[in-house]
Amino acid sequence: MFIDTLLIGVSSGAIYSLMALALVLVWRSTRVVNFAQSGQAVLSTYIGYEISARTHNYWISLPLAILAGAILGSLVDLLFMRLLLGRAKSGPIGEIAPVIATLGLLGLIQSFIGLIWGNAFLHYASPLSGKGFTFGSHTIPFSPQNLFIVIASAAVLAIFGIIFKYTDLGLALRAASFQPEIAQLAGIRVNRIRNIGWAFAGAAGAVAGAVITPTSTLSPNSLDLLFVSGFIAAVIGGLDSLVGAVVGGLVLGIGFSFILQYIGGSVTFLVGFIILMVVLLIRPRGIFGNKVSRRA
Amino acid sequence: MKVGLEVRDFSINYGSVCAIHDLSFHIVPGELVAVIGSNGSGKSTLIRALSGLVSPNEGSASWNGISLLGKKPEELVRQGIVHVSEGRSVIPELTVSENLALGGLWRRDKSDVAIATEESLALFPALASRLNQRADSLSGGERQMLAIARALISRPQLLLLDEPSLGLAPLVIEQIFLTISHLRNQFGLTVLLVEQNALSALKIADRGLILNLGELVKTGTPAELIADPELRAAYLGF
Repeated sequence: MFIDTLLIGVSSGAIYSLMALALVLVWRSTRVVNFAQSGQAVLSTYIGYEISARTHNYWISLPLAILAGAILGSLVDLLFMRLLLGRAKSGPIGEIAPVIATLGLLGLIQSFIGLIWGNAFLHYASPLSGKGFTFGSHTIPFSPQNLFIVIASAAVLAIFGIIFKYTDLGLALRAASFQPEIAQLAGIRVNRIRNIGWAFAGAAGAVAGAVITPTSTLSPNSLDLLFVSGFIAAVIGGLDSLVGAVVGGLVLGIGFSFILQYIGGSVTFLVGFIILMVVLLIRPRGIFGNKVSRRA
Repeated sequence: MKVGLEVRDFSINYGSVCAIHDLSFHIVPGELVAVIGSNGSGKSTLIRALSGLVSPNEGSASWNGISLLGKKPEELVRQGIVHVSEGRSVIPELTVSENLALGGLWRRDKSDVAIATEESLALFPALASRLNQRADSLSGGERQMLAIARALISRPQLLLLDEPSLGLAPLVIEQIFLTISHLRNQFGLTVLLVEQNALSALKIADRGLILNLGELVKTGTPAELIADPELRAAYLGF
């Protein structure tokens, strides 16, 4: 029973990690909490759903949904965020305006989805079974789709890890987010690099949406709770740290899973917020947050 | 067309505050010019405008006849103009070798990046043994060396140095200034050095420009400037 609960926790934690990673990627480079992230992810998932419905092939729809997520992330930056950050730099609402605007964008995206696909629950099916693995007479609640969620999330996290740590692009991304002015003076095209960061964030959100949705249903708001968990995970991890996002996601996923198993479903979300409050009270910068706040 | 750095009728305002007023000067290639002035004299603003971080309200600036204005810092780096900003322009969260690599990221000629990196490390051997340490573990002087080394990997023609001596111990300052002088001699770099530490800067400079409240007070050789008792008392601080 313990192992079952742990496995389910890892599976949902991996998804929270992806969503947290998407938030951290944007926060690090623009100092904006992107509330539109769940909208972007769900729109990418709808695109995946549409492709899957037409081709009857989940494996074709998945990479295209991720690509759509990346393009969408890039467009949100180019057409929306860059204009806004350029205009709303100062003034009493200067810092908060872009964040509020992302909430507006979220509403816009979800309404757009409603217009195109309607608000009914849709099924974005994966060929992998949602039924738990069976060992002898014992069926565990961890299914092949859960296994795929873990593998896909781990693969995305590993790819991001390698890009950030070992490639020129990763170095440019880190430099542009740590000290944009110094990065610029070293010859890095910071706006272009930031845009790639937005695309990566969009892609991470799209992976989360496209691998978790086959386990439930798809609707314009179906990823909202996932976003909230991802946000809590990101804050627990310090909002600034990619490793923190992954750890935060796993802690939350495993925590929820055990609470659901041993205490009951009605308190899981409550506990999420309690964990968030406790972390913020004890370590306001999050577990992996920098000691000294960086220049924006 | 004049070769070198040509600044003409430069004016920069921050809102209603005038930081630079009607400034004109010319630096020939290979020259090392010190811009001297106290806090608020506009010298940092000048250097930030030349590297594309702020836009002047009026005037023109060109390097070898090509205008610098309206271009972003990252484009000017590609044009050979590299600014080492005030306060150790390194990224503390990155390692020494990552900070160095930043200087060559944009360059296509990776074999020359490798050569330039070796040359920079030969110039600052203290960095060579600490490549895998984070930059925030370095001393102030070492960070300044790292910032200059990174700039050199971009193969600059015009090096803009903003207060490299700020907050450093006298011996370290001397070493940094010797290196700057050596760089000019070895690589034929043109150097615009903005400094509050007038004496150290004038020791290595071919020429000094004295700025006060955004205006050019006087320009001349270090000997001429130092010989003027009024200038010494008012601006040079010795």
